[in-house]
Amino acid sequence: MKAQQELSGWRKWLEGIGDYVVFFTRFFRNIFTGGFEWSEFVRQCYEIGYRSMMLVGITSFIMGLVLILQLRPSLVDLGAESMLPKTLAVALIREIGPVITAIICAGKIASSIGAELGSMKVTEQIDAMEVSGANPIQYLVVTRVLATSIMIPLLTIIGDAIGLFGGFLALNFTDKISFSLYFNKCIASLDFSDLLPAVVKTVLFGFAVGFVGCYKGYHSDKGTESVGTAANSAVVTASLWIFIIDAIAVQITSLLFYK
Amino acid sequence: MKEANEHTQVKKEVPAQNGKEEVVIHAKGIKKSFGKKKVLKNISFDLKKGENIVVLGKSGQGKSVTIQCVVGMLQPDGGTLEVFGEDVTTMADDDLKQLRMKIGFLFQGGALYDSMTVRDNLEFPLTRVLKLKDQKEIDKKVEGVLDAVGLLDAIDKMPSDLSGGMRKRVGLARTLIVNPEIMLYDEPTTGLDPITSREISELINRLQRKYEISSIIITHDMECARITADRILVMDEGEYIAEGSYKELEKSDNEMVRSFFNEPA
Repeated sequence: MKAQQELSGWRKWLEGIGDYVVFFTRFFRNIFTGGFEWSEFVRQCYEIGYRSMMLVGITSFIMGLVLILQLRPSLVDLGAESMLPKTLAVALIREIGPVITAIICAGKIASSIGAELGSMKVTEQIDAMEVSGANPIQYLVVTRVLATSIMIPLLTIIGDAIGLFGGFLALNFTDKISFSLYFNKCIASLDFSDLLPAVVKTVLFGFAVGFVGCYKGYHSDKGTESVGTAANSAVVTASLWIFIIDAIAVQITSLLFYK
Repeated sequence: MKEANEHTQVKKEVPAQNGKEEVVIHAKGIKKSFGKKKVLKNISFDLKKGENIVVLGKSGQGKSVTIQCVVGMLQPDGGTLEVFGEDVTTMADDDLKQLRMKIGFLFQGGALYDSMTVRDNLEFPLTRVLKLKDQKEIDKKVEGVLDAVGLLDAIDKMPSDLSGGMRKRVGLARTLIVNPEIMLYDEPTTGLDPITSREISELINRLQRKYEISSIIITHDMECARITADRILVMDEGEYIAEGSYKELEKSDNEMVRSFFNEPA
């Protein structure tokens, strides 16, 4: 009996992976077929990018501010106070900025996509599209996944800049440093190996957020409860994927750039 | 099928081609199971061109599953299902897409895209399915079909601003706008008051005459069945147990069949 249950659990898990692969193939094939939904894509970029900017901006500002306040005592003890802008810039650009922005977007965007598509599934809107001969993957999935893949890197770049500004203000609570000197120190501490991997991984984070949100919504069961489940599951799974991608990206970056 | 084929007379005359009635849907021995539950056991029927078939049955008997198989939303486990002479069960995705352009499906709740206005809902199949580009032509079609369902005033409203009956009318307009040859109605009057239900039933009849559509109507509503049916199929436990016109089935000896007709209209 127990073996049978275990077998059924494995079967479900494998079926789930199969569904992901099929959904990914459908998504990928539809990127290159004609009839790209430009207006829906632009609308999604606005919804995902512009509407999340305030949240990402405030969070990044606070992160920059808090990081400086937390780092300062340790660096002062070590007599490395002048390293504060550099430390903040490297930490923020390489790791904290991309991950925090992606996690915020997983909470805000993946859940909203999961709930939207889930409720469309429940109210048979996706079925209606499919049955009419229209292409719901093209209209609903391709536009959203591409929009998150483009907008999350942009949000991260904006968030990083705001975070650095937050750090500048925090630094000025205690020390006097000019704006141009602070930013020069920040930028001087960064090189190509900091910027490129960070941007590349945010594209992957964006893809994970959009793809998981769409998958969970598109495959939700029929019933109002399943809308909540889809939204919740989208956030949890997207967040998990962000950390997995981050761990892999850090390993690859270390191998390529920091030998 | 205990009474099937005993009463095959239809209410209205069905168009004939070369002296023979043209069959648009031919189903034979359709079977469908979900896990261990056998939903469709042995479903066979023919839908003729211009004919309205009503399928009656208790909830959970597989009425909706039958029409979902017709449009390829579900794949039957066995049997033959031909639409316009082509086997739906073995059709490639692109062919299925082409076929779906000839079939309209009205969902229970109308299934309107709730982020779009009524106008955008109606434009959606025109621009995505028929690939129309000329805005004047699109506007003309949208206004024409909305006028046909009596909702021209609601053109710029959002679905959330519409009543249940209005949503179904708009849903009907959206399926009709691509001029389907077959209409599949999934409980078109469920959840509506008797007056609106009657209006929808009459609208189905009126539009069927206007656009010469063949239809399958899934319903529990006997008034809807009386108004719209050329032929009624009664379904029980995954099989059709009776077939005939409304008047014929009204006098049926089968208790299950009679129980539908004894309900207060």
